[in-house]
Amino acid sequence: MGIRQWVEGWPVYRQLTGADRLGLGAAAQSERSRQWHARTEDADDVVRSVCPYCAVGCGQRVYVKDGAVSQIEGDPDSPISRGRLCPKGAASKQLVTSPSRVHNVLYRRPYGTEWESLSLDAAMDMIADRVIATRRETWEDTDENGVRLNRTEGIASLGGATLDNEENYLMKKLYTALGAVQIENQARI
Amino acid sequence: MAECHPVGFQWVMEAKNRGAKIIHVDPRFTRTSALAHEHVALRAGSDIAFLGGLINYVLGNGKEFRDYVVAYTNAGAILREDYADAEDLDGLFSGFDPQTGRYDVTTWAYEGADPAPAAGERELWVHPDEEHGGEHHGRSARAESYGSGGATVHAKPIIDETLEHPRCVFQVLKRHYARYTPEAVADICGVSTRQFLDVAEAITANSGRRRTTAWVYSVGWTHHTVGVQYIRAASILQLLLGNIGRPGGGILALRGHASIQGSTDIPTLFNILPGYIPMPHAHQHLDLDMHVGLDAGATGFWGNMRSYTVSLLKAWWGEHATEDNDFRFDHLPRLTGDHGTYQTVYNQLSGKCKGYFLVGENPAVGSANGKLQRLGMANLDWLVVRDLQLIESATFWRDGPEIDTGELATEEIGTEVFFLPAASHVEKDGSFTNTQRLLQWHHKAIEPPGDSRSDLWFYYHLGRIIKQRLRDSTDPRDRPVRELTWSYPAHGPTDEPDAESVLAEINGSGPDGPLSAYTELTDDGSTSCGCWIYCGVYAGGQNHAADRVPGSEQDWVAARWAWAWPANRRILYNRASADPDGRPWSERKRYVWWDAEKAKWVSPDVPDFEATKPPDYVPPENAQAEDALAGNDPFIMQTDGKAWLFAPAGLTDGPLPTHYEPHESPVDNPLYAQQASPARQLFGGEHNRYNPVGSEVYPYAFTTYRLTEHHTAGGMSRALPYLSELQPEFFCEVSPALAEETGLEHGGWATIISARTAIEARVLVTERMKPLRVRGRTIHQVGLPYHWGPNGLSTGDSANDLLSVVLDPNVHIQEAKAATCDIRPGRRPRGGALPELVREYQRRAGIEGSET
Amino acid sequence: MSESGYADAQPRMGFFTDTSVCIGCKACEVACKEWNLVPAAGDASDMDLLGLSYDNTGDLGANSWRHVAFVEQQVPASRVDNLGMPAIGAPEQEDEAGVRWLMSSDVCKHCTHAACLDVCPTGALFRTEFDTVVVQPDICNGCGYCVPACPYGVIEKREEDGRAFKCTLCYDRIGDGLEPACAQACPTDSIQYGELDELRERAELRKQALHDDGVTEARLYGDDPDDGVGGDGAFFLLLDEPEAYGLPPDPVVTTRDLPAMWRRAGAAALGVAAAVVASFAGARR
Repeated sequence: MGIRQWVEGWPVYRQLTGADRLGLGAAAQSERSRQWHARTEDADDVVRSVCPYCAVGCGQRVYVKDGAVSQIEGDPDSPISRGRLCPKGAASKQLVTSPSRVHNVLYRRPYGTEWESLSLDAAMDMIADRVIATRRETWEDTDENGVRLNRTEGIASLGGATLDNEENYLMKKLYTALGAVQIENQARI
Repeated sequence: MAECHPVGFQWVMEAKNRGAKIIHVDPRFTRTSALAHEHVALRAGSDIAFLGGLINYVLGNGKEFRDYVVAYTNAGAILREDYADAEDLDGLFSGFDPQTGRYDVTTWAYEGADPAPAAGERELWVHPDEEHGGEHHGRSARAESYGSGGATVHAKPIIDETLEHPRCVFQVLKRHYARYTPEAVADICGVSTRQFLDVAEAITANSGRRRTTAWVYSVGWTHHTVGVQYIRAASILQLLLGNIGRPGGGILALRGHASIQGSTDIPTLFNILPGYIPMPHAHQHLDLDMHVGLDAGATGFWGNMRSYTVSLLKAWWGEHATEDNDFRFDHLPRLTGDHGTYQTVYNQLSGKCKGYFLVGENPAVGSANGKLQRLGMANLDWLVVRDLQLIESATFWRDGPEIDTGELATEEIGTEVFFLPAASHVEKDGSFTNTQRLLQWHHKAIEPPGDSRSDLWFYYHLGRIIKQRLRDSTDPRDRPVRELTWSYPAHGPTDEPDAESVLAEINGSGPDGPLSAYTELTDDGSTSCGCWIYCGVYAGGQNHAADRVPGSEQDWVAARWAWAWPANRRILYNRASADPDGRPWSERKRYVWWDAEKAKWVSPDVPDFEATKPPDYVPPENAQAEDALAGNDPFIMQTDGKAWLFAPAGLTDGPLPTHYEPHESPVDNPLYAQQASPARQLFGGEHNRYNPVGSEVYPYAFTTYRLTEHHTAGGMSRALPYLSELQPEFFCEVSPALAEETGLEHGGWATIISARTAIEARVLVTERMKPLRVRGRTIHQVGLPYHWGPNGLSTGDSANDLLSVVLDPNVHIQEAKAATCDIRPGRRPRGGALPELVREYQRRAGIEGSET
Repeated sequence: MSESGYADAQPRMGFFTDTSVCIGCKACEVACKEWNLVPAAGDASDMDLLGLSYDNTGDLGANSWRHVAFVEQQVPASRVDNLGMPAIGAPEQEDEAGVRWLMSSDVCKHCTHAACLDVCPTGALFRTEFDTVVVQPDICNGCGYCVPACPYGVIEKREEDGRAFKCTLCYDRIGDGLEPACAQACPTDSIQYGELDELRERAELRKQALHDDGVTEARLYGDDPDDGVGGDGAFFLLLDEPEAYGLPPDPVVTTRDLPAMWRRAGAAALGVAAAVVASFAGARR
């Protein structure tokens, strides 16, 4: 900003030379204020989403700038919510950007007193090992009368009801093929 | 509704603005009460008495919508001579076995219906002598298997259209509810007769041909030992008033999680397969024929269950599933009883269950009796927790309440814990099914941070690794895994599986590609479909869950915004919005009608009826499936096409809703000798003792609930600064009278004690809580929001720790909305003094050392 | 407002907050904070249960630009039916008290005669082309004159920052044709945004409709151009006296006499300007 611009931007100068004689309006407006606009206008991408809290299913628009979420707000097109959100829905950007959100795998060994770090690949291999071992150890081919059971009660799962349908589907499909029957969800709670 | 579904409440406010009367029935005065015309503050756990009173008012005053009731319900069906009602048996129905705590439901059937085609095969629960050994409490899960269609009745009833026959449903109903007088309602619920009659008059005046009344409920109705019967009671009332299948009517479940509906449709639930197909039972479903033969109604759309089941098996086992091998029906594991989440905890405590996945769920805070949950987890071999934050269920081994009390020691807990960070909703593609059955797609906006992954990623890759490991196995038990179809395209930097390819599998396909409707499914193996009720969401290879025509550019039904199951129908059973001849009941409530010229049903919605079946269609003898339903049978998933006022099958605890007291109640049951539901599911053990009925040691009723500012067990709200500051800590709500009686101070601390534990909370003394007059006594209620635990920014004790595990026998849901406690001023003891206080109370109540 | 000197002056924009449909959900508080990046309660002492019904925000301030008040009142049962609000339970005796629970989302009033603006020595506060009153954080030097000037106790200095903050009526959003964040989020449309003239008409109709329904308590607050602040850009429909909600019954612009003084000062204007320069330069350091 050159000195001339700076002086022209100076409120008192503008008050004395402009229409804003009280100096409380246009003359007082800073350059930043003049340029100030909704950051959603600068978004690289606007993505349609759905609020992850309750089951009303309010439409959300997710604004993305430089690979990060810059704003989440209600989608006015939704005939369900008409652009409105409750405090939880309105806070969903914090859900995504929360500083206490954990970004890495944590591991607690049996009888351990602290978390340890573990790579995701190692964790996946270890979990697969445990599923296979526990399944073998607890498998029931039949009951005591020889009636087919084909199952394990050694492995259980409890899912939240914010899982996507596609996620629930793969869970139920995999668990059922593994013979695990204690597959449950918040829907029963 | 304003409290927990604020944005949905905008439509209630719209209705209010147009003249609708809003009545709020709730023990608690909430944000909803504040905006309603009337708040009915009834005692927690007394709703069936209230609804029964309304049913009695309707029947006693001839206020039923007679034409609707006669044509569309089973009011005229004749019951068996040996059926005995709760009226006759002082609170029990015929068939109860006090030894087992179960009903034999044979006598609840329609007259003339073949009660048992083959011994032990038809019944809706497992007979005691068939019970598989080793279950702690061997209830069968059969009853709730009928989510989509109701239970099967293999015969059409004999009907008395005059509704005069003494054994017809209508007359039985009248007798059953006759004692639910306004005075009885007042005595049980603590609601004045004047207010009760105000409500009765309002809803009856607002129902009929020209008007409809809607009921909206949430877990305030389901969290009871008689939760299913609560909903049944509302169904009976709404059917009598003609409020089902019509615009502005219905019984609307407000579900509290983004896809809790989807989690039932495509269930991660033990008792059902996708689309409410029952999981096979070891003793009843030896092969596919028996499975579909028993569960499919021969008539109604459930008559096609073989097609739905075969198509599911084809989706899962592909080319390996053939006619010759029963489409790999034997790959499915078998149930033998209750395998629900609370039974699982007991299996963890006994060492039977060794590995546990928690996927976006926090049972240490969110489930009843949190201590039992934590002790169960502390007894596992391994635990996998997938979440955004370090929830209490991931950290119980280092900072759970039992570490402080000395009941657990970190270095003695052998559980191996894996915490895997999850992706948030903006970091993955997928669909939620909302409370209106709408599948809405959410698009991925950004990559998840660090090791965070979608649950789709986790299960896809876990399955891929396990399949890899078992690739060369010759063990027959590994065949279901080896033969499982598991090829989904994965892409991007993290090898994320393509969610839309999973949706396409759910939708199903046939020889010509994606299917458009479940009516295209076949039982010959030529179609595959992962969830028959979702068939059509991917019609034409298009993701209709992502349909987004703005509401402002559509009519009010808004059919081109997302996709509703089934078949994109927005109101279920909407054929009932027209009279038997196919004409709207009134122009004002016109929704679906028969257009004689076009010879089809028309509507702004998708008619929930075969499009060209005329109103005067009469089914031929021996017709099957939907062909067996007449042109005036709107309830097409029912075997008889009628809505059931009386449930001749499908329930374990009675064919008609009956007022029973909560398991823990401060008062007796004035209506019957039977105090609580005789079929309720009890557990035991030293950590799940029950407060005695009417105990002076635990004299107060309490109920649990949510606040607008937080979400369930807090995993998605207590770590968020903007939400935490709005409700920064756990509190209880008490009336000025209770504060006076117990010495509680506003803003001070209270200790609340049950037979399970003691917790502390800050005290809000508020006029919104008011003592009620019940059974001639003053009953105080304590209100407890249940969001808290020790982790996060907003912290506090967990209200659910106070609860016991005692369940509804149909669906195995806990009684979280009505129990008893003591409350006293001051903070709770720390360390070992806490369990000592709990034991001291148990001793005084005479339950120390009891097992149930 | 030609007075404010904008070539492209817009109709005056404002809020009409209809408390008769407020459900106290606090979506406005959160949506405001998310959009304007307002800090959450900083330390543990701010994370305290206030015991003010469901209100734990307390008041408007630098970090709370919207504040929902919760008012629990006992009302005689005989009057309950007329208030459009329910009583708790059902009093058997006519004289037994009922309860009503009023909620109201408070905000900066964007006064016609804004004392904060008048006293601001740096020009940090200014009147926008929408006739709203906005603090410019790039200019504010944290002198704090505005804080005691506000008759409603709205504007406040942010402790850790030093500068003064308050509602901007989402100046950045409305300039782009968007609704302010609070109004867009509000589930029941209790917070309505629009041209002030139109809002005043709408509010009058709403008040009349409530009166016709027997809710005679309904009254408008801040809608009168002849009141002590010349009328508010953000005004309210209340169901009780303003004091019940913590609002001053008769707010008066604390600088009522300043404009006249200013005009008389005439030639002294440059002297004032010099003072402005000093503080302005200070802010740039």
